[in-house]
Amino acid sequence: MHDTGKAFVQFFVSLKLTVVLLALSAILVFAATLDQTHLGIWGIQEKWFRSLVVLQDFKGVPVPIFPGGYFIGTLLLINLIAAHIYRFTFNWKKSGIFITHLGLIILLVGELLTNLWQQDFQMRLTEGESKNYSESPRKNELAVIDTTDPEYDHVVAIPEALLRPGKSLQTPKLPFRLVVRDYFPNASLQMRSQVPNAPASLATTGIGPQVAVTPLPMTYKENETNVPAAYVELIGPQGSINTWLFSTALTDQTFQFEGKTYRFVLRPERFYTKFTVSLLKFSHDRFAGTEIDKNFSSRVRLQTDDGSTDREVLIYMNNPLRFQGLTFYQAGYDGDKTTFLQVVKNPSWLLPYVACAMIFAGLVIQFGLSLVGFAKKRSNQLAVA
Amino acid sequence: MKKLFPWIVFLAGLAFVASGLFQRHEKSEFDLDGFAHIPILVNGRIKPLDTVARVTLLGSQDRQTVYLADKTQIHPVEWLLDVAFRPEKADTYPTFKIDNPELLTLIGKTEDQLKIKYDNPVLQTLAVFDFVPTRYRRFSYNEISGALPELERQSQLAQSVDSKLRTPFQRAVLALESNLIAYQQLKYSFVSPDTNDFMGELRELQANLPKGIEAVRLKQAGQPHDEAAAQVMIDTVRRFDAMTRFASLFVVPPANGGTIADWRKVGQVLLDTFKNGEINPSANAFATMAFAWRTQQPELFNQAMQRYHDFLMGAVNKQLDKTNGEVRFNQAEPFYKGMLLYAVVFALGIASWLRWPDFFGRAAYALMIAAFVAATAGIVTRMWLEGRPPVTNLYSSALFVGWGAVGLCILLEAIYRNSIGVVAGGSIGFCTLLIAHHLSFGGDTMEMMRAVLDSNFWLATHVVVVTIGYASTFLAGFLGIIYILLGIGTKWLNQSFDRRLAAKQELAIREGRSGLRAKLETNGEALTRMTYGIICFATLFSLVGTILGGIWADQSWGRFWGWDPKENGALIIVIWNALILHARWGGLVKSRGLMCLAVFGNVVTSWSWFGTNMLGIGLHSYGFMDAAFKWLVGFMIVQAAIILIGALTPLERWRSFGGRAPATRATKPRQPAPTRV
Repeated sequence: MHDTGKAFVQFFVSLKLTVVLLALSAILVFAATLDQTHLGIWGIQEKWFRSLVVLQDFKGVPVPIFPGGYFIGTLLLINLIAAHIYRFTFNWKKSGIFITHLGLIILLVGELLTNLWQQDFQMRLTEGESKNYSESPRKNELAVIDTTDPEYDHVVAIPEALLRPGKSLQTPKLPFRLVVRDYFPNASLQMRSQVPNAPASLATTGIGPQVAVTPLPMTYKENETNVPAAYVELIGPQGSINTWLFSTALTDQTFQFEGKTYRFVLRPERFYTKFTVSLLKFSHDRFAGTEIDKNFSSRVRLQTDDGSTDREVLIYMNNPLRFQGLTFYQAGYDGDKTTFLQVVKNPSWLLPYVACAMIFAGLVIQFGLSLVGFAKKRSNQLAVA
Repeated sequence: MKKLFPWIVFLAGLAFVASGLFQRHEKSEFDLDGFAHIPILVNGRIKPLDTVARVTLLGSQDRQTVYLADKTQIHPVEWLLDVAFRPEKADTYPTFKIDNPELLTLIGKTEDQLKIKYDNPVLQTLAVFDFVPTRYRRFSYNEISGALPELERQSQLAQSVDSKLRTPFQRAVLALESNLIAYQQLKYSFVSPDTNDFMGELRELQANLPKGIEAVRLKQAGQPHDEAAAQVMIDTVRRFDAMTRFASLFVVPPANGGTIADWRKVGQVLLDTFKNGEINPSANAFATMAFAWRTQQPELFNQAMQRYHDFLMGAVNKQLDKTNGEVRFNQAEPFYKGMLLYAVVFALGIASWLRWPDFFGRAAYALMIAAFVAATAGIVTRMWLEGRPPVTNLYSSALFVGWGAVGLCILLEAIYRNSIGVVAGGSIGFCTLLIAHHLSFGGDTMEMMRAVLDSNFWLATHVVVVTIGYASTFLAGFLGIIYILLGIGTKWLNQSFDRRLAAKQELAIREGRSGLRAKLETNGEALTRMTYGIICFATLFSLVGTILGGIWADQSWGRFWGWDPKENGALIIVIWNALILHARWGGLVKSRGLMCLAVFGNVVTSWSWFGTNMLGIGLHSYGFMDAAFKWLVGFMIVQAAIILIGALTPLERWRSFGGRAPATRATKPRQPAPTRV
């Protein structure tokens, strides 16, 4: 038993394991990079890195083909930490190696935390426009907004993930139940008149009956977005009311029921903030006589709800705005008046900086010591005899 | 004499490189140099016409000089003068390179027409073995013009296809189309190409301007007017407008105090004539040059050139330093000459292993330093011209990888003096400059930076550090190749590496002294140590460079790591270097294993450097390079073959280790290894 335990420890602290894991991670990263042509940058992250086992789809059957990023990463972390605890004896000669590896541990942990905690949003602003929320680039929600009261709206937001066919959604805030009749993660919407052979629509009211929905495979390309569509039946106490078609490609649809007005919209998920960003001016420079972007920048006004902050900020390439745990980056533009800001929430953003400093210091110490040792030995050799 | 010798070689090398600086054009009666130095604005950068001519020719025909069928050589500037002022002549020069067989068929070339027929029997024989060109590959505008409508149609079809999915034919069509457009745009950049005497027309315009404007005004007002005069004005406006739309170069500098955004096209300033009644002096100057060049009157041409340069001194004095410097830089061709020098360095280094090690070794070392100085001067000049850190695009990364690796080789050679540094430096220097030479066919190598990348701070830190990481990983790989090839093929690895020490020791033994403190190292041991040291260096730079890249990404778009192909490529290099070090520390590999792993580093690095760009995706993509793909695969196969040879040949079959127990030859791990493993 004792031997087994020892062998167990030896396995986890061995350099052999390190080398094998490094080789595996090199292969993992390489294969994932090649796979990007098919899956796109988001697809490969889910498939290759944020997984214990990489599953490859062979004719609809997922087959495990490789250990995933979490698996290799965790083992590397265990190996790293275990080896250092097991062999730890402080001496100056090893201090560089030690600091470097501590930095690496922080880097790996930081990446894990980023994976778990980081949230990405976008904010699209046209000059003169103000927003106190940003939107998710990939996730959508079905918002049911009670607009009866002119003073304020009641919003019920249903995440897209819940829109599964047959699913029944109920909340005391609404006098009806929503039953998902059909749902397509990506679809093309055309006017029915343009698609002569389209199957009959499930929708009975709103714009739905005039629209033909053609399901499409999900896209993972960076410059394309999925356009989800769902048929949703409203069921009141007296039974079925009507059936709607919702999609991110459609504008808001309104509905009167029991003296109240509701607005329905399938839209990107929103993340509300306690401050408002208003775009004052978007500037876009190109190199003289060309169409090549030189710089783009957004002058925005930042106002908190409590009135404690009210100032102008210039956001441009490589110069983000960090405010209340969010970071705003100049990401893109649409025409000469509309800016796209990337909004990121990442509580662990500082860790890579710490890790970087430690790794750099550690490597310099280590290789510096080796170099001094080498120089000494070499001069000894030259002073032979 | 012996002490002076390396200096003589060094100075000879420098003189060879510097010779280009003072080169003048062949005795032409025309002031060609004056034309070459004229600054213009194109693609957001002010550059001399010399650069425009060279870059356009490199892009369309892969070389700078135009060769006519009768072996006449035409200098790039002369070619540009013909394109601008005598287009009907330039249209007969074979300056469009076409290799794609389907495209050749499209422009109506049959196999029979393409074959080069040599009269000389020697050349005929050489042609059979492909030592001299066997087919015509470059064609004139006139030869292609018949197929223009079809070419236009094909290029529209090709454009509708996603760039990653285009066939070689479609890519060739688009490349030719874009070269033809660039060529046509030059014709409209200085004077109107559809007249024999633009200068005369401008004079006439100046004389008839008030009358003509009046006629047009009356015509627009619906009153009686001189119809002919009005029509001339309207036609003129149309032609100036065409010059504005079709020209690519902004050749008219701003009036004093103007900014870079105030450069204008000739067509634009000519249209202004109708507003202010004066023909712009630059437009007039080019019209005069055109007349002088067409009628071949050198005196008139040179006068106009002199006047124009006086005018430029007043208008854009500040920019002239850089454009003049750039012309010198173009003429000196420091990288091309450096490439030739590196080839010689490599040959001398090999020679030093065969015979007269001292003589050849020192010559190679001195020459390598000369080539390195040339490359450094070239890179510094580029930095000054661009106002940027050294690496801004793939082309400059090739220059810098070579520069960094050769710099390390000079260090190695300075310490070890056994010609390993010169052989590795010569080969890497030559290869990287050759790669850069081919990358320069893609267009101006000093193009403007896209907004995302426009940050001198990060370009200077992340990009430079990571590129040095590439350079050192390559160097370790080349050292590995030297180890494997020399180890298997020669006894060199087993010889004492330090000739001076060996001599001293021999002397000591002969004199009966003893007390040698160190056992003499063999070349193999020394090489192992060098490689190990370089891998440590590579790990340091690739790791720090990669993390700096992450911080840049975090600063500019909010994620430290995004699994972008270029990021992944850099990460794999880091992982690979770390793997080699850990395998070594763990005693999993000895010298031979270390070398094999180091050679595989070449595969990893070349993939990160070029392979990731060939995926055609990601934020860092520089564009798709088809031709490079074949070379990349070829390079990787050669590396794999070397690794297999090195790993599979039993050590007793290596000539260097023949008959010895190999284990004793491997050096002990140098690192304070974790002993309990």
